[in-house]
Amino acid sequence: MSRPVRYNITDKPFSTPISIADAPAGYEGPGFFATKLSDVVGLARKNSLWPLPFATSCCGIEFMALMAAHYDLGRFGAERLSFTPRQYDVLMVIGTIAKKMAPVVKQVYLQMAEPRWVIAVGACASSGGIFDTYSVLQGIDQIVPVDVYVPGCPPRPEAMIDGILRVQDLVGKEDIRRRHSEKYEALLKSYGIE
Amino acid sequence: MALTNEIIRKTLIEKFGEQVYQWEEPYGMLTFTSDAEINLKVLQFLYDDPLLQFRFMTDLTAVHYPENKGKELAVVYHMHNLVDNVRIRYKVFVDILKPDVFSASALYSAANWMERETFDFYGVNFLGHPNLKRILNVDDMEYHPLRKEYPLEDQKRTDKDDEMFGRI
Repeated sequence: MSRPVRYNITDKPFSTPISIADAPAGYEGPGFFATKLSDVVGLARKNSLWPLPFATSCCGIEFMALMAAHYDLGRFGAERLSFTPRQYDVLMVIGTIAKKMAPVVKQVYLQMAEPRWVIAVGACASSGGIFDTYSVLQGIDQIVPVDVYVPGCPPRPEAMIDGILRVQDLVGKEDIRRRHSEKYEALLKSYGIE
Repeated sequence: MALTNEIIRKTLIEKFGEQVYQWEEPYGMLTFTSDAEINLKVLQFLYDDPLLQFRFMTDLTAVHYPENKGKELAVVYHMHNLVDNVRIRYKVFVDILKPDVFSASALYSAANWMERETFDFYGVNFLGHPNLKRILNVDDMEYHPLRKEYPLEDQKRTDKDDEMFGRI
């Protein structure tokens, strides 16, 4: 029996305008809208995060699925990938990081411009995972500050989407002065970053 | 005439006599042992002899036998005769407190990196090696991780709770 061919001919009207983000809370009047600068900046940043994938192993395969048509991270404004750290907002460390790779991860982090965020994707990047051994870095938070951890071995693309959404939350709510604060400087200093 | 294990064995015993011993043939691969002091002589003979012609070193590694007192570390050479397509295995045993073995890197260029790897993981000191330093592990590692005196897991961990891993 041959497989029935189905054509996508049914019109599906959009029920809601899905591509528009909600406006931040503010004071609205005829011809003006007043709100906090950090809210506007956060809104702009969070809906256009450029992720830099540092994919080293099987989690990287899930990441490829995440970027492809089925899961399509582009829906969240994060489809722009390439491999220079200087243009990117989010460093996604996806997979096992050997101790010899640690300086490379750190250098990539240092090459990123502020503001920058880091996601540790998968058990290995978060804690070393099953590789509790002499050659594997036991979590990238030993060398760079991490904002969001995505658990799983490997995490499904949905889990990575959840991680991205959590970073978006952090980005949207971030105080505009955070990166100049003493607390942030102390955090970087604890990782040996000036 | 095909080169058989019996011929190899006879040729080696003719040359070295009692100095080569522990003949075995696990899975048909001829295996023998000698004292560490004459390893270069044996390798040179295996390389030069017109009959044997073992000119390709396929592998060089070590094994740690902690219960084998005085001869804890075995350095294992795998050689291949490309003319007759025959492989052999050759071992020397050394004391872990003084793991000195002569380097085969002048004879087999392939031994250069493999000896560095063996030094890296087992701490075998290859005398005469041109550049004996770590090759795979981080440079500031302070021990030789594949020796069996080191447990696989880092014992100083506090964040990996045994209970969560089912190891009570």
